[in-house]
Amino acid sequence: MEKKARTILQGLQFKLTLDRLCHQLIEEYQSFENTCLIGVQDRGARFAERLHANLQDIVGIPNIEFGKLDVTFYRDDFRRRSTPLIASKTEMDFSIEGKKVVLIDDVLYSGRTIRAALDALQDYGRPKTVQLVALVDRRFNRHLPIQADYIGITVDALNEAYVRVDWEGLNSKKDQILLFPKKEPENLK
Amino acid sequence: MSQLSTRHLIGIKFLKPEDIQLIFETADKFKEVLNRPIKKVPSLRDVTIANLFFENSTRTRISFELAEKRLSADVVNFSASSSSVKKGETLLDTVNNILAMKVDLVVMRHPAPGAHIFLSKHIDANIINAGDGTHEHPTQALLDAYSMREKLGDLRGKKIVIFGDILHSRVALSNIFCLNKLGAKVKVCGPPTLIPKYIHRIGAEVEYDVNKALAWCDVANVLRIQLERQDIKYFPSLREYSRSFGINKKLLDRVDKPIYIMHPGPINRGVELTSDVADSKQSIILQQVENGVAIRMAVLYLLAEKRSHNS
Repeated sequence: MEKKARTILQGLQFKLTLDRLCHQLIEEYQSFENTCLIGVQDRGARFAERLHANLQDIVGIPNIEFGKLDVTFYRDDFRRRSTPLIASKTEMDFSIEGKKVVLIDDVLYSGRTIRAALDALQDYGRPKTVQLVALVDRRFNRHLPIQADYIGITVDALNEAYVRVDWEGLNSKKDQILLFPKKEPENLK
Repeated sequence: MSQLSTRHLIGIKFLKPEDIQLIFETADKFKEVLNRPIKKVPSLRDVTIANLFFENSTRTRISFELAEKRLSADVVNFSASSSSVKKGETLLDTVNNILAMKVDLVVMRHPAPGAHIFLSKHIDANIINAGDGTHEHPTQALLDAYSMREKLGDLRGKKIVIFGDILHSRVALSNIFCLNKLGAKVKVCGPPTLIPKYIHRIGAEVEYDVNKALAWCDVANVLRIQLERQDIKYFPSLREYSRSFGINKKLLDRVDKPIYIMHPGPINRGVELTSDVADSKQSIILQQVENGVAIRMAVLYLLAEKRSHNS
């Protein structure tokens, strides 16, 4: 399975993409006042962690608010999947009432995770605005009218294809985005 | 392992240790949900649950109902005292009539041991046992073990004494099964008349001396004397029981280590526990109640998920 995968992004290109996303966010949010970054558990949270660290390095603000949101209990495909969903931990120790929220996920595919995330966000207050950052946008596979505001790379792939993002030091030796021709088994995380 | 090995929660006896761990891990997530400003998630939006209580209950019933509502399930309540059971309807007829109204899960408390096993052979809905006579009370055992795990970490090798009316207690039996499966050591302590003769065969040692039992244990789980189930006199008087087997501050002060005190409720203050112990810092009785909702949410969530795979 691994051999058949095609690398979409890695090395310098990967780094440049992350840097570009950071600078786009800085352009919009400047000093990140009244703003929080929220990663969608658990793969989106890895991307969010990286973005958060890079942003802090670039703008020199040490404590941009950062949370991890688990959306398992809000999904609309509960009991409709062949394998059960296992929840991750939500780490949000702040309210988002009146704040500008930057929602971060690694792969934007059907849009259902983001729909669930928007529902879940409601439970932490009424945000002023919500914007979405997606590292990979699979624009032809959407089930819902949800689009990202900041996109790392757009991938046009067939429905049965699977896109995986690897993070150095977390689940891989290097940062890379891989495209598998067939769906990866769900237990591989 | 990411799903339960069973369709029903009838007893701890039928669970695997991995099932118990999965329930605990899921409960961790729900505990976080319960500490949010909005304590509700939409997971069981399309699930209908019937709470059938053929025997009185306050805590368990409220706890189940809250857990169901926090998961956004639709809930119907039923209690035997205000129903057609009084008119002579059989259990199977009652339940089948309720199921005909498209109910997915049944939470039931029944005075007859084994009522849930009987029902599980005849109906399609997933069944959760909320207590069957003197047999099992699985969610209570799960929340007890979960509360111990919260205080002590991994329960392997930890020492737990169950005090009181072991003979009539479904909590005791479920607790012994659950703690054994998690690798803890269990002793029971009470008057010989209230300890079943062959209790050692299911993995619980017997200790008749309260002082020795307290000195040995990490956690004391104190049970109520179930006077309503005692058809004959098992001990001369409550006063004598309290003097010989009641847990009080004096006894605890004699032990040189901190022991956590648990009680599944309702407490008979001054009989099995004195008020100064029940309200002390060592007592985690109210944490047990809090954890009860998270544990029941986890059980409901995992069983509801199971349902989709069968239908």
